[in-house]
Amino acid sequence: MGGTVLLIEDEPNIIEAIRFILSRDGWRVDTHSDGLTAVDAVRARRPDLIVLDVMLPNRSGYDILNDLRADAEFKELPVLMLTARGQKKDRELAEKLGASRFMTKPFSNGEVLETVRALVGQ
Amino acid sequence: MARPALTGSRIRRYRIDRGIKQAELARQCDISPSYLNLIEHNRRKIGGALLNSVAAALEVDTATLSEGAGAAITGALEVAAGSFAASGREIERSEDFAGRFPGWAQLVVEQQARVSELERLVETLNDRLTHDPFLSASLHNVLSTVTAIRSTSGILATGEDIEAEWQARFHRNLYEDSQRLAESTEALVGYLDAGGDADRTLSLPQDEMEAWLSDHDWRIEAYEEGRDMEVDVVIAEVGTALTSSAARSLAARFLERYRADVMALPGADLEAAVLAGERDPMRLAARFSIDLPRAMRRMATLPGRFFKGGLPPGLVICDGSGTLTFRKPVRGFDPPRFGASCAVWPLFQALHRPLTPVSSELSLVGQDDVRFKTWSLATSEYVAGFDKPPVVESTMLLMPVLAQVGAESPPYQVGTSCRVCAIKGCPARREPSILMQSDVASSGGSGLGAM
Repeated sequence: MGGTVLLIEDEPNIIEAIRFILSRDGWRVDTHSDGLTAVDAVRARRPDLIVLDVMLPNRSGYDILNDLRADAEFKELPVLMLTARGQKKDRELAEKLGASRFMTKPFSNGEVLETVRALVGQ
Repeated sequence: MARPALTGSRIRRYRIDRGIKQAELARQCDISPSYLNLIEHNRRKIGGALLNSVAAALEVDTATLSEGAGAAITGALEVAAGSFAASGREIERSEDFAGRFPGWAQLVVEQQARVSELERLVETLNDRLTHDPFLSASLHNVLSTVTAIRSTSGILATGEDIEAEWQARFHRNLYEDSQRLAESTEALVGYLDAGGDADRTLSLPQDEMEAWLSDHDWRIEAYEEGRDMEVDVVIAEVGTALTSSAARSLAARFLERYRADVMALPGADLEAAVLAGERDPMRLAARFSIDLPRAMRRMATLPGRFFKGGLPPGLVICDGSGTLTFRKPVRGFDPPRFGASCAVWPLFQALHRPLTPVSSELSLVGQDDVRFKTWSLATSEYVAGFDKPPVVESTMLLMPVLAQVGAESPPYQVGTSCRVCAIKGCPARREPSILMQSDVASSGGSGLGAM
């Protein structure tokens, strides 16, 4: 493995836990917590995959995803969306905007690991 | 017409329903078949002993034949029938049903009221779940915290060795998160409990206020007796039935106005004038130098004993959008609770011609035995100042007039709401009626005579 993951999430304890499990699996994990500057962070870090929370301060994860997909450079970037709302319309919106995977909170560590591995292995 | 409103028509319908031949019924009642035929076609009056024996032969109450089952309950049954799209109802027989099984009919009506109430409750709760920012934020909070706890405890539970420093950190996180979870669930439970209490207030504030006024016969005795009290005091004294703050605030507005109305025309003066025969709101207004809507509002507070026939007047007020803001029903005229009302009420004619008084006599379709004399006036007030939108209000007073049996239809028929109105060819119809699905497309016809 050994790819890089950018985790865009604002809940410190979730960041800590995900960072820990991904690091132990051999990933390099960077984190970012502000929605407004998230796209810039992606440009600066150029990760192999991003884990993107929907509810972020200042800007929604959907808007961030939309911007990324509009940029030719990030059209194919694997994006795992995290949300606390598992409603059908949220899932549909994420799919429409081009999310690679969609995961509803609370998820298990195993699920996250498996999905991240699958997305970069694709 | 879905509901024959005349005694003869009712006799005919009951007789046919029961499969009795005209000659047979005539024989039982000691009259000739041709005379019965005239009665059944409303060409001879019937009353007294003969009506009693016809009723006995048909096994119905005399009152059911002479008055029909209450128009209110029949109307309510029709509304109930219209709320469900299923087939197989016999709308044209709702009066018959109400007459024969008054208890069951009442049950249907009450169930319909309950169904509407529950439907509104579901809508409100649904709105709350979908759009309530507090609920959605606290659920998000709970889910985030649970996610952190699940992830962190998952790491600790694997049994793999984790550096002591990390272990301590995760334990601390778990502790923090469990604290947060406890707080946010507590807040959520508190909120949902309050929501449970709020159910009582889910009937519309206006309904609540009108139910309260109806319990007090639409009168505030304290003011009528000449005791000038602050509105808050009146609410504290007689308004304890008002549970929601929105209804209390509507009641406060109503009472402010009531108080000013009484100040301008005190109860004793009003009663003396009406007892002396003054029943025209325009003349009452002139005599006491008050404006016409105020005179109408004052008259609508008087009990039935001040009027011929013992029926108190009704009063309907709407705002500039036509929304009914005050609905005091009168026997035979029950303004709709939900949905829009009949567009041809004089109330709305007045609304489109502010400051022009409109007076007309009308009857409700299907109820030829009750007519109303009505007075309406719309006013616009520029309370916000020049170049600001005016506050428009139209007021209609309805006084029941007992019609003579067999008198011809008044020139002007109205309904309550399109869904349950049988007027054919009404140019102002908004939607088809459940009472005449097949006639919807027909043009011309009766009703709306002189408009």
